[in-house]
Amino acid sequence: MSGSKRQIVRLQGVAKRFGAVHALAGVDLDVEAGQCLGLVGHNGAGKSTLMHVLAGTLAPDRGAIVIDGAPREGQYSVAAAHRLGIRCVFQELSLCPNLTVAENARILHPAVKGWGWRGRAGRMIADKLDEIFPGHGVSADDVVGDLALGKRQMVEIARAFTVTDEPLHLVILDEPTSSLDSVTAEQLLVFVRKIVDEGVSCILISHLLGEVLGYCDRIVVMRDGQVVAARAAGEFDRHSLVSAMGDVAEDKKTAAHEARSANRDAAPVCVRARPRGKAAGGELVAHRGEIIGLSGLAGHGQTELLLQIYQAAGRRDRDTEVTGPVALVAGDRQADGVFHLWSIAQNVTVRSMRRMLWHGLIQPAREAAMAADWRQRMRIRTPDMNNPILSLSGGNQQKALFARALGSDAEIVLMDDPMRGVDIGTKLEVYDIIRAEAERGRTFLWYTTEMDELDNCDHVYVFRNGQVVADLPRGEMTEQKVLQSSFEQVA
Amino acid sequence: MLRGLGNPRFLRAVLPAISLAVILGAIFAVNPRTMSPIGLNLLLQLAVPVALATIAQMFILAVNDLDLSIGGYVGLVACIGATFLNTDPLLGVVLLGACIAAYAVMGALIHWRNLPSIVVTLGMLFVWQGIAILVLPTPGGAAPGWITAIMGFKPPLVPFPIVAAVVIAVVVHFALMRSSYGVILRGAGGNPRAVARAGWSLLKTKLAMYALAGLFGVLSGLSLIGLTTSAQANIAMPYTLLSIAGAILGGSEFVGGRVSPVGAVIGALTLTLATRALTFFHVPPDWQIGAQGGILIVVLALRALINRREVA
Repeated sequence: MSGSKRQIVRLQGVAKRFGAVHALAGVDLDVEAGQCLGLVGHNGAGKSTLMHVLAGTLAPDRGAIVIDGAPREGQYSVAAAHRLGIRCVFQELSLCPNLTVAENARILHPAVKGWGWRGRAGRMIADKLDEIFPGHGVSADDVVGDLALGKRQMVEIARAFTVTDEPLHLVILDEPTSSLDSVTAEQLLVFVRKIVDEGVSCILISHLLGEVLGYCDRIVVMRDGQVVAARAAGEFDRHSLVSAMGDVAEDKKTAAHEARSANRDAAPVCVRARPRGKAAGGELVAHRGEIIGLSGLAGHGQTELLLQIYQAAGRRDRDTEVTGPVALVAGDRQADGVFHLWSIAQNVTVRSMRRMLWHGLIQPAREAAMAADWRQRMRIRTPDMNNPILSLSGGNQQKALFARALGSDAEIVLMDDPMRGVDIGTKLEVYDIIRAEAERGRTFLWYTTEMDELDNCDHVYVFRNGQVVADLPRGEMTEQKVLQSSFEQVA
Repeated sequence: MLRGLGNPRFLRAVLPAISLAVILGAIFAVNPRTMSPIGLNLLLQLAVPVALATIAQMFILAVNDLDLSIGGYVGLVACIGATFLNTDPLLGVVLLGACIAAYAVMGALIHWRNLPSIVVTLGMLFVWQGIAILVLPTPGGAAPGWITAIMGFKPPLVPFPIVAAVVIAVVVHFALMRSSYGVILRGAGGNPRAVARAGWSLLKTKLAMYALAGLFGVLSGLSLIGLTTSAQANIAMPYTLLSIAGAILGGSEFVGGRVSPVGAVIGALTLTLATRALTFFHVPPDWQIGAQGGILIVVLALRALINRREVA
């Protein structure tokens, strides 16, 4: 990469881990001046983490950051990134909803101050909005909290391109078009091409492969915290891009599952659900004893459907039919799962409280018996089930949550990406238990963001924009197909 | 900004002013003699320290915190003002400066250790009160002459409390709502992460806001002894709840950096007048506190209604 063009950014061997998870495992990345770089990969591939490192909001554990030819270790921070002309439009919005559009522009620019700053900030942001999104309909005096999501996104993008006394070399756009309509998205991409021709660089992260293929000069593909392919955009097409993102080798299938999906229709239906308000898409059907996978990109309606099913249990619901008691295994352990101040035993038995009662009072002996039983069945690693739940490692806390659901009377178990941040040993143990419970007639609905976990499922439904867009029986399910359906339909 | 009178944002902005006008009108109707400069002065005198304490509370609310210690703090300032500031002005000024610094440190601590502000300030309430009792064990002391002179100042035409209220509202409005650094301070309440990502120090914003609260707490305590001429440790205990109620009444919110200095001052005036109005209406003293709470609930319920319309 030693062309005549100036290197704006060179990352070498950047690594970052969160607990047991390697978010980045030694990434190299080069960006030239006047280049539009596309960055693609499945959820959790490490794209956003890498951009946080580049924007200075996360410090890497290892690796070199070279900006504009000079190494920047140790002293790299948000402020340094701004001084060096690197801006980032983060995936989650970074505007203050209580301030006006002009005031939000001022927050990015320490130089805008003194008499009349309000007018200058307002003109600056309004001019940039006019330039990028003609006909945007946003006034500099509007309070951001009053604007629709798409308009907020436009303000944030325009703000990233405004210039005062600091230079502008590189703008990182993380899923910039996710809340824009097709017209404004087109306006943005045309603008990106224009400023790239003027010598500013751009990194475009997008799940819309058409955008990346159509507007980027070079495409970098990430998987599992590593760069797995980096070539000129012309050398990719949609197909080769999708296969670079996913694992193409498909040889881990087990014969037992094949056999079961064949006699699917023999078992009675346990759950029949259609995402609320999405009449266009397909519906999800689960038969007794099946493990159903919910797949697709994160946040495309899987959790919502699980909650819809959870709420519909034991009630009449137009879109949802559930035949038995339901239990939910939460994905966000700390927020929705464990009772922090309770013991492990209490955390396990809370769902089955009714069985512990004798004349309205809880029987400690029954509680202890159930806790001991599940400690052994789930192999929860603790000397005493009366220890506080937080004394367990993350994986063992998750086992306790599984014990809560499996120990209950629930016939249907909903799992909301429960294996997030759990080590592989625990995962394999839990997979075996889930399969054994399914053999005994329990039904599992399993939302997962990990491709490998889908191998445990009898049937996979792929979600996009809140709809069920694909229904893949075990035999037909390949990572390729899941990815194809997760991304936009092939035109 | 003003898109018709039915606009919820406009309604919310004028609600504090309307509640003030209603209460003032009721007082004038019951007792027309209050409609004179002297009458207004007597009615509104005690609103000045309350307004200053409410502004102090508003600074804390702006960064999503809550200050339960302001009542004890204003009491401590009053005690220092009625003793050291009178007998040994230099030492008094140093002590008051230390009070402000202590407030800033409290803010830094809350930020550093990510502590709940309610817990820290509830603890500090008793610390301030304890120090105040050490400074002035029995009610007494004397306010410095210059403070009583300022508070007793009688400008022509307009009563002093009204002049003071307007000055406080305008100064804070420009400092917090119109200045370029005020934007950062309010932004830190609206979306702290966004402000940090733009390269600003959240610690500095907390320090600044708590120091400002400390400063206005000092002004509140001094203006209070300017009216009472002496002090006692518990003199300002009701200020904690009055300041929170006044700020909320004036359109501030508990989270999200949405505050209004003008509204806070009007809210403080309304609450002070509400107390007075109940006396005029011959509400028995036993029922006054309850009736005050009733007024508060009515006004806040109105605001909740307006907010609901905004969401719909």
